[in-house]
Amino acid sequence: MNYSVRKFDAVIVGAGGAGLRAAIQLSEAGMKTAVLTKVFPTRSHTVAAQGGVAASLGNSEEDHWHWHMYDTVKGSDWLGDQDAIEFMVRNANECVIELEHYGMPFDRLDNGRIYQRPFGGHMSNFGEKPVRRSCAAADRTGHAMLHAMYQRNVKVNTQFFVEWQALDLVRDEAGEVLGVTAMDMETGEIVVFHAKATIFATGGAGRIYYSSTNAFINTGDGVGMAARAGIPLEDMEFWQFHPTGVAGAGVLITEGVRGEGGILRNAQGERFMERYAPNAKDLASRDVVSRAMVTEINEGRGCGPNKDFVLLDVTHLAPETILKRLPGIHEIAIQFAGVDCLKEPIPVVPTCHYQMGGIPTNYLGQVVVPQGDQKSVPVPGFYAAGECACASVHGANRLGTNSLLDLLVFGKSAGETAVKELKTGGRSHKPLPAAAIDKTLARVDRLNNQKDGADVHETRLAMQRTMQKHAGVFRFKDMLAEGVEKILAIDAQVAQTQIKDKSKVFNTARIEALELDNLIEVAKATIVSANARTESRGAHVRDDALDVPETPNGRDDKNWLKHSLWYREGNRLDYKSVQLKPMTVDTIELKKRAY
Amino acid sequence: MNTDRNARIGKLKWHCRRALLELDLVFARFWAREEADFDVQSEAVLTRLLELEDHDLWDLVSNKATTDDAESAAMIKRLQCI
Ligand SMILES: Cc1cc2nc3c(=O)[nH]c(=O)nc-3n(C[C@H](O)[C@H](O)[C@H](O)COP(=O)(O)OP(=O)(O)OC[C@H]3O[C@@H](n4cnc5c(N)ncnc54)[C@H](O)[C@@H]3O)c2cc1C
Repeated sequence: MNYSVRKFDAVIVGAGGAGLRAAIQLSEAGMKTAVLTKVFPTRSHTVAAQGGVAASLGNSEEDHWHWHMYDTVKGSDWLGDQDAIEFMVRNANECVIELEHYGMPFDRLDNGRIYQRPFGGHMSNFGEKPVRRSCAAADRTGHAMLHAMYQRNVKVNTQFFVEWQALDLVRDEAGEVLGVTAMDMETGEIVVFHAKATIFATGGAGRIYYSSTNAFINTGDGVGMAARAGIPLEDMEFWQFHPTGVAGAGVLITEGVRGEGGILRNAQGERFMERYAPNAKDLASRDVVSRAMVTEINEGRGCGPNKDFVLLDVTHLAPETILKRLPGIHEIAIQFAGVDCLKEPIPVVPTCHYQMGGIPTNYLGQVVVPQGDQKSVPVPGFYAAGECACASVHGANRLGTNSLLDLLVFGKSAGETAVKELKTGGRSHKPLPAAAIDKTLARVDRLNNQKDGADVHETRLAMQRTMQKHAGVFRFKDMLAEGVEKILAIDAQVAQTQIKDKSKVFNTARIEALELDNLIEVAKATIVSANARTESRGAHVRDDALDVPETPNGRDDKNWLKHSLWYREGNRLDYKSVQLKPMTVDTIELKKRAY
Repeated sequence: MNTDRNARIGKLKWHCRRALLELDLVFARFWAREEADFDVQSEAVLTRLLELEDHDLWDLVSNKATTDDAESAAMIKRLQCI
């Protein structure tokens, strides 16, 4: 198989919020920058974000970055690195104002300043009361953000390669990163993008789960590529779930439905939340509701032929209330659950929403790995930002609206660090290692020539169902251990997937098979890390982690206040300590997380 | 000829990979039902619709908005068909 080579100062994989922000930094500094993306930039998944982006601008009431920092550390259940968190919240205002200058149409107050609204977990005065911190552009925040940044990139001559699929990281013997291999979907041609700086901004991998709010494109390609190139993956056991996704589809049903009086019921029609949270009932926090739902399903009180979902009932509400106050829900229920929610309840399950872990980075956006007795040594030429990266600011649980902020701050920071390293002349186009490129060619060849192999769709489905059942929102010791074995068996099948269509032009079967190679790495990292972590922390909740005074909420700081690092080779785990020391302020001391 | 059609449909199908899960699901259902006898005329109409921004396309599919273009409206009906 042939390939050609193209040279750039920097190659960025991904044109969502993180990739576009990094690209602006590089192109503005005059670097020859290529951005590769599977879909047109403004169709990246960032478009789905509606809630807003957090910044302590204090436009509507008093706010301070230190309060934002406290909320983020607490939200992370103390697994977030406090230096990176301080860096993020202190840079929030500047990044949001920059975005405004790029043309982002934020909602405004009468005095012309950016309007801010409250969002779960964001508080004033170190957890005292809710604060208005989220900046939004109507209900199209993510979309508006991508448009503004795409336009800016066009202005500063970023070169886009749209409908290109990056396949593998090119890393030489010394461990330096020299670019990526990629396939042009239009021709099937393979090209090596030879670069002095390579930035991954490929988004999350929510599609490892059967029920996911993520679009189909979120297949964790960057994370998979990094793992294949020997980079460990950090804290992959931590996934945020939303309690109410439409069963079998994943589409999110907003919390507002329960706010308006919607009730969760089991197969017997019982309002089961009365047993789990006698006061708050259906309005209890996300994790409490999700856990109750899974317990009902596990104990045989789920609905449907497989007893694998519960019901969200709004039939007792006035139809006008539903249609007026909850616009969109009626249509979503019809389209994706096939029910008219005015007359029948909606089948729902806890649904995967956000990936907290990823490629380990520091706050400068450099990818860092253990080397000798040091745990965080930068990999020369390699940077990552956004949902594919783990800075780690979200720790064990992300706060809403902090993710868009992460894209802006760390996209910029990764770009800025790369510019610095390029300008100081520390990076050159080192010779390309043939062996690394051969690995990509062999992977594509294997797929093209595989006979009697596994079906891609069925294998992916088996992985997704296994992950949902064995490493979902509520985790059990035996189920996790069994799940590891099942995922390893599925991994062996992924190595033998087969495609019938061998054509070169827009061969979606091939694209999906190559994506599955990445998903399975994420699935392995997740379930192996989750199986090993015998405590509960943030979004990782285990049935066998006891809530006793030594381990409040099941959190075991003595043994588990550390980041997991999963290596593909040998399927092994390592750990590194959490950075509890912020950049300038005092450590936010450990305490039980309660809201 | 057939290879040409395959390539065109492949490209269209890829353009149906969207940023919103809602649309991904609608298109997955649509192709499962329509791929075998999808004609050239339909290709042109769908290509036009796929140029829309995701939120605008979803507004049409979920009846929050309408279009004056008769061909597009007919295609939206086919997309909605459950
Ligand atoms: C329904 C929903 C609502 C949300 N709402 C909010 C919110 O209100 N506020 C908030 O802060 N967060 C929100 N989030 C989370 C947030 O939207 C995401 O974490 C964030 O947008 C991820 O951005 P990103 O730049 O990392 O990746 P993405 O936007 O996912 O972009 C990934 C890019 O990588 C490209 N790519 C991937 N693989 C390859 C490859 N192999 N080759 C080439 N290109 C590739 C893709 O084409 C794409 O351009 C929400 C998430 C969901 C699912």
